[in-house]
Amino acid sequence: MAERKCTLSVLVENTPGALARIAGLFSGRGFNIDSLCVAETLDPTLSHLTLVTRGDDQIIEQIIKQLRRLIDVYKVVDVTEEGDFVEREMALIKVRAEKENREEIYRLCEIFRLKIVDVSPRTYIIEVTGDKEKLEAVIELLRPMGIKEIVRTGLIAMKREKKNP
Amino acid sequence: MTGARMVIEALKREGVEIVFGYPGGAIIDVYDELYKTPEIHHVLVRHEQGAAHAADGYARSTGKVGVAFATSGPGATNTVTGIATAYMDSIPIVVITGQVPTKLIGNDAFQEVDITGITRPITKHNFLVKRIEDLPRILKAAFYIARTGRPGPVLIDLPKDVQQAKGEFNYPEEIHLRSYNPTYEPHLKQIEKAYLLLEKAERPVFLIGGGVISSGAAPEVRELAEKLNLPVTMTLMGLGGFPGDHEQSLGMLGMHGTYYANMAVAHCDVLLAVGARFDDRVTGKVDAFAPNAKIIHIDIDPSSIQKNVKVDVPIVGDCKRALTRLLEMIKEVGKPKKYWKERFKEWWEQIDIWRRRYPLSYKEDPNYIKPQYVIEKLYELTKGEAIICTEVGQNQMWTAQYYKFKYPRTLITSGGLGTMGFGFPASIGAQMGNPGKLVIDIAGDGSIQMNIQELATAMDQKLPIKIIILNNGYLGMVRQWQELFYEKRYSAVKFTTLPDFVKIAEAYGAIGMRITKPQEVEPTLKKILSMDKLVILDVIIAPEEGVFPMVPAGKATTEMILV
Repeated sequence: MAERKCTLSVLVENTPGALARIAGLFSGRGFNIDSLCVAETLDPTLSHLTLVTRGDDQIIEQIIKQLRRLIDVYKVVDVTEEGDFVEREMALIKVRAEKENREEIYRLCEIFRLKIVDVSPRTYIIEVTGDKEKLEAVIELLRPMGIKEIVRTGLIAMKREKKNP
Repeated sequence: MTGARMVIEALKREGVEIVFGYPGGAIIDVYDELYKTPEIHHVLVRHEQGAAHAADGYARSTGKVGVAFATSGPGATNTVTGIATAYMDSIPIVVITGQVPTKLIGNDAFQEVDITGITRPITKHNFLVKRIEDLPRILKAAFYIARTGRPGPVLIDLPKDVQQAKGEFNYPEEIHLRSYNPTYEPHLKQIEKAYLLLEKAERPVFLIGGGVISSGAAPEVRELAEKLNLPVTMTLMGLGGFPGDHEQSLGMLGMHGTYYANMAVAHCDVLLAVGARFDDRVTGKVDAFAPNAKIIHIDIDPSSIQKNVKVDVPIVGDCKRALTRLLEMIKEVGKPKKYWKERFKEWWEQIDIWRRRYPLSYKEDPNYIKPQYVIEKLYELTKGEAIICTEVGQNQMWTAQYYKFKYPRTLITSGGLGTMGFGFPASIGAQMGNPGKLVIDIAGDGSIQMNIQELATAMDQKLPIKIIILNNGYLGMVRQWQELFYEKRYSAVKFTTLPDFVKIAEAYGAIGMRITKPQEVEPTLKKILSMDKLVILDVIIAPEEGVFPMVPAGKATTEMILV
């Protein structure tokens, strides 16, 4: 069976140990986590978790069922399966910005609508937000300039509302 | 009210009469309250593993939640094997451990261990109580989670300062957890699909597992099997869920299952599996398991369905309710019993050919006691009315094959985890929960030594448990694998020193006996069964007897080694 990428949106009780339970489930059962993003929701007793994983249909079904089996897990949605959704990720990229390429990087940022959030005599920190493809394209363009450090948030995802209800 | 008192009050509300445990510095406050509560009987074990297994044996044999206490650190870690055993077999127990005071947590304090971290993957759920205000709700939730849905062990870690803190004891009558809502009622559309498959079936098999026992579905299993004239096979955990002496019983399937059960499953066209999870010991090579069958799978745990085998009709729900709905549908359609009898006549003829070809059998030997003979005699003499606990290994498989379990909750065995040393402490729990009943532990000379210290516990409680050691001087099951698959390289399976089990029994004030000849078996069994005291019967058996049939690990279940 073909492996596919799967983005899960998980609502979980905001209790100590809940995240450890989820992480432990993945390591204990040999599932993959490509990225994981956790934060509070409007309801402070619930946390929202976006989890990107991979597997064939049978494995993804198991992942979802095993997550639902955890007492602290309130809701699991396979965003990828539901179809229409928005995905975003953010990265902070510290790039070498010497005299010879400072201008070029600046222009690149304008074209891609990136934000320069920190400037030092020899570096910029650039904030980039977008889907996975955009992030990768930016990284590839900046790579020749000399990327010193990169930090990514991991994907977050949200289902779109139906356009014609 | 103090936190320690709340624990005791909660136990009373939950109807707990017996607790198995071992005190220590971090749980001394709870024990102080226990001292003032004569209505709860505490069984002081000799090792915390014994407490967890005893609580488990109590739960398995009575259907109630078993409770164990242990202190922090080593006390807590000693319960781990017991908790994992209960988890794998979905047994409801609540383990309450003491913990160092909250302000010391994380400081590597004396006897501190992160027991909620350690037990996270082997509990259905666990709690570290940090505030006295949370304690009543957590106690209620622990029992609720343990016994509902797919049951399982729950651990509560209770820091010493929370035990001593005072708070209001508002014990909820009922509890609702928004993130935990097991599905009991099956989807009727699915039940209908299941019925339609059964109606079209020509070679059906009814496979039952431990879920039938925990949901109390044995009467429905029998009604359905008899109504439709279905052949019934059981997993190890399902034994007793359908009478083993019933003419429609094919006995156990899988690695050490009967030839005819495995053949029937391999050739069936519809497999109705209820409360079973298709463990590798049941399926053998998955691709070759019931290759021509449409599979109907009823289970309360959705994650058990489609986990190991592909299922055609998944039904999530309580086994008892799902079978009840199915029976209602069958009654509604109204085909008479005769119809089904006629319908599966040919299939039964085929099964009977398999039955006659290779019944369960062993070769008798005038010089040696055969273990199978011991179990057969035991079945005859107890008429299948005893509660039988087993250890793990050959003793367990011979028991599963030759004792025809007639009722649910009469076989107490570690199926999933396969824990050596489980049977004897579990028999203490079973005997405590069933005071008037005959409780027998079938052991091997290896596994009995893993929790032999609990003899003192059993003597304290004056329990007339009968321990029958099938003594071959080997770790027999490993030896059997080495014989069959490792060219008889018997690596580390022979004990150089074996204790004198008769003297051990006597040292604890119990009765010890030994037999070595086949003709001693029946009279000695008769004798010990009539004794109202703990007896160890050391049965010296044929040293290299194997368990057969056997499906080598990873092979198709039709590739059996038959004796």
